[in-house]
Amino acid sequence: MSESKDINIQYFALFRELSGQAHEQLQTSARTAAELYEGLAEKYGFKLKPAGIRVAVNEDFKGMDYVLKHGDSVVFIPPVSGG
Amino acid sequence: MFEISDRDIDITVCRDKLLDHASGGYVAFEGWVRNHNEGQAVDALEYEIFDSLALKEGAKIISEAKERFDIKQVFGVHRKGLLELGGIAVWLGVSSAHRDAAYQASRYIIDELKTRLPIWKKEHYQNGDAHWVNCKACSSVKSKASVVQESAPQLSV
Repeated sequence: MSESKDINIQYFALFRELSGQAHEQLQTSARTAAELYEGLAEKYGFKLKPAGIRVAVNEDFKGMDYVLKHGDSVVFIPPVSGG
Repeated sequence: MFEISDRDIDITVCRDKLLDHASGGYVAFEGWVRNHNEGQAVDALEYEIFDSLALKEGAKIISEAKERFDIKQVFGVHRKGLLELGGIAVWLGVSSAHRDAAYQASRYIIDELKTRLPIWKKEHYQNGDAHWVNCKACSSVKSKASVVQESAPQLSV
């Protein structure tokens, strides 16, 4: 855990339905994207393991070990199915 | 060029974007809404897209294809929203001087689009059920998700 920071989160598809919202702003002490995801998974009942999803920060794909910064916009990406 | 559309795809407009006097032809791929998947009867599909990242990644895939294959023009468009059976979900066209490059590039681009773009497809079944495709690992939450769907009238297609 590290110091608290504000993070914007957008939810799509399954994560939007389970969280009941398209976006939220929250304060977190999670250090990495993976830590943030684990907290949200517990809060909203996301059953996917961190290894099964991807994350985008400020509209770029990042690793789940990405170290969060104050003001980051984060999107957790469940398995995709375009086409 | 790659686009996202919330309206029906007009294939004449798409084709016109590929015209190039240095090209000898073009290859088009249309992805349609099919009435079945994995043994279940499908009524409709719903696509949700993280637009800004999908546009960026789509443009990146097209530039990769232009580096790998000797092609001239590329245009792709993906639908979002609710589609009925037979609707065009994705359209991709590639023009080139000679056909081999267009066939190869078309295959490369559509395969990459399907695996890399933040696009999610929800299948609505004839039996009234619906779920997000490729989310087998989420099966333990399906029951929860269908509770959400049942309480949302706009999804009871």
